[in-house]
Amino acid sequence: MKVLMKGNEALSEAAIRAGATLYFGYPITPQNEIGEYMSRRLPTIPGGAYIQAETEVASINMVYGAVSTGRRAMTSSSSPGISLMMEGISYLAGAELPAVVVSIMRGGPGLGNINPEQADYFQATKGGGHGSYRMIVLAPASVQEMTDLTVLAFDLADKYRNPAMVIADGNLGQMMEPVELKDSYPNNYDHSDWALTGAKGRKGHTITSIYLDADEMEDYIHKLYRKYGEIERVETRHEEFLTDDADVVIVAYGIVSRVVRSAVELLRAEGIKAGMVRPITLWPYPKAVLRKLADTAKFFLACEMSMGQMVEDVQLSVEGRRPVYFYGRSGGNVPTPAEVVAAVKQRM
Amino acid sequence: MQKVFERPKSLNDRPFHYCPGCGHGIVHRMIAEAIDELGLQDRTVFISPVGCSVFAYWYFETDNVQAAHGRAPAVGTGLKRANPDSIVISYQGDGDLASSGTAEIIHAAARGENFTVIFINNAIYGMTGGQMAPTTLVGQATSTSPYGRDPKFAGYPIHISEMLATLKAPRYIERTSLNNVANLSRTKRAIKKALDMQNKGEGFTFVEVLAPCPTNWGLDPNESIDWMESNMMPEYPLGVYRDVKTAEVKS
Repeated sequence: MKVLMKGNEALSEAAIRAGATLYFGYPITPQNEIGEYMSRRLPTIPGGAYIQAETEVASINMVYGAVSTGRRAMTSSSSPGISLMMEGISYLAGAELPAVVVSIMRGGPGLGNINPEQADYFQATKGGGHGSYRMIVLAPASVQEMTDLTVLAFDLADKYRNPAMVIADGNLGQMMEPVELKDSYPNNYDHSDWALTGAKGRKGHTITSIYLDADEMEDYIHKLYRKYGEIERVETRHEEFLTDDADVVIVAYGIVSRVVRSAVELLRAEGIKAGMVRPITLWPYPKAVLRKLADTAKFFLACEMSMGQMVEDVQLSVEGRRPVYFYGRSGGNVPTPAEVVAAVKQRM
Repeated sequence: MQKVFERPKSLNDRPFHYCPGCGHGIVHRMIAEAIDELGLQDRTVFISPVGCSVFAYWYFETDNVQAAHGRAPAVGTGLKRANPDSIVISYQGDGDLASSGTAEIIHAAARGENFTVIFINNAIYGMTGGQMAPTTLVGQATSTSPYGRDPKFAGYPIHISEMLATLKAPRYIERTSLNNVANLSRTKRAIKKALDMQNKGEGFTFVEVLAPCPTNWGLDPNESIDWMESNMMPEYPLGVYRDVKTAEVKS
């Protein structure tokens, strides 16, 4: 049965039904519904806990402690708050801990505004925190996907012992759509070989990310990168729309992909063979599909609510074989289908 | 032959990496003894901080986690809320707890988190090479206060136990010292009391231990004890700063 829910609330309920009954967070617009929802629900669930942390720095470190016990836990924030979590995300990756971070992007830099943007793509996919690490990044485009990809984020985090982020913009967090939720989602990963549950009948477990010796550190980083390579091979996800015969491939993720879908239909109605690739995983990025489309497409257009961030991954994927253009709006402005159509025509 | 003294089973036989005259090894042993005496070894999760004791997990035969600088009380909050049956010990130095982690320690205490913090105060940064700490005394020379800490631009030492004692939720706060045998015994008693209270679910417990750092003070171990007694202990008075029943907290 479908119910009408706000993106932030649907995501929260999905997380709870996936067994994430520990939530730590700090208020920031436009994602406050997540913390408010969790503060209502979690105290009523056995073993559940909601804490309004003193800062986002504390939130992510509470998650670090909670997931060290082998249980599912999450935090959420928006752009300036996610910046504060970058230290903790690096530690989670360094200690190989499974955790889910929800990022509901707003305008920036600095305090910016509370309008939707997609300008934290670099922060999510290119590091953000320090050191050699990767974070799995999932980008929903509907309220239904806010729930489905949150469940997937917990699964991937557990499967690979790695932090995973669900990244959306203020639109997706705030808007309401019909959504179908299952009663529960599987949560059966066995973490007993590393989780900190007290050393009863076994040797103590240690969770750390410090390796003083250069060779030991390098070996550990190589081990992490073998894992990241496996994630790239197995977990890359994308959606294609009318790309089979496309001369023009527009690349967009999240809410912008819905605008671009309309633009593609308008262009097709005018006889222009347009298509869309929508990355669902922002890391790992669907490079192979773009590389393949470069065989047949005449040019690519990346469309984002930013000054151009994902466009660099399109360029890297296409490897200079076709022109890659960019059209974007920022400050909280959402591009219209007509603007995207005009942007395509201008480059033909 | 009768054995009258042995290594606690919560401590392994790896030699400590600490400098001669350092306080960490002494406090590690006291914590291990207290864990053993209270029968908590198989439920304990020990949090190592950033600082000289970053490798405390090398020594404790318990579950261990290493936390980012200053964040141990947040990590402890997550550990304890996820598994309330565990015994969580957050072990932190003065750079970690009183500078980088002031928000985390104050709010863990204000929430009354049911875990134990052991706070080693040696008035200086150890691992990074003897820089000024928030606990550095007025006039004390360090590698970043080479002319002595000058209150005109570096302010005054922070008194963490006194600050935390202004909060309503903490159950037990005591400051002890490692300067003589009597105070060593008091320190051990305080650590054991804190862990016992945590085990009984009574709430936030905090033991501040004044400890010597001969290497970074530029003194030998004996001179360090003299310096603690004549300089640190007058600035940081020993004693129980808070010891209240749950009913009093609620009132």
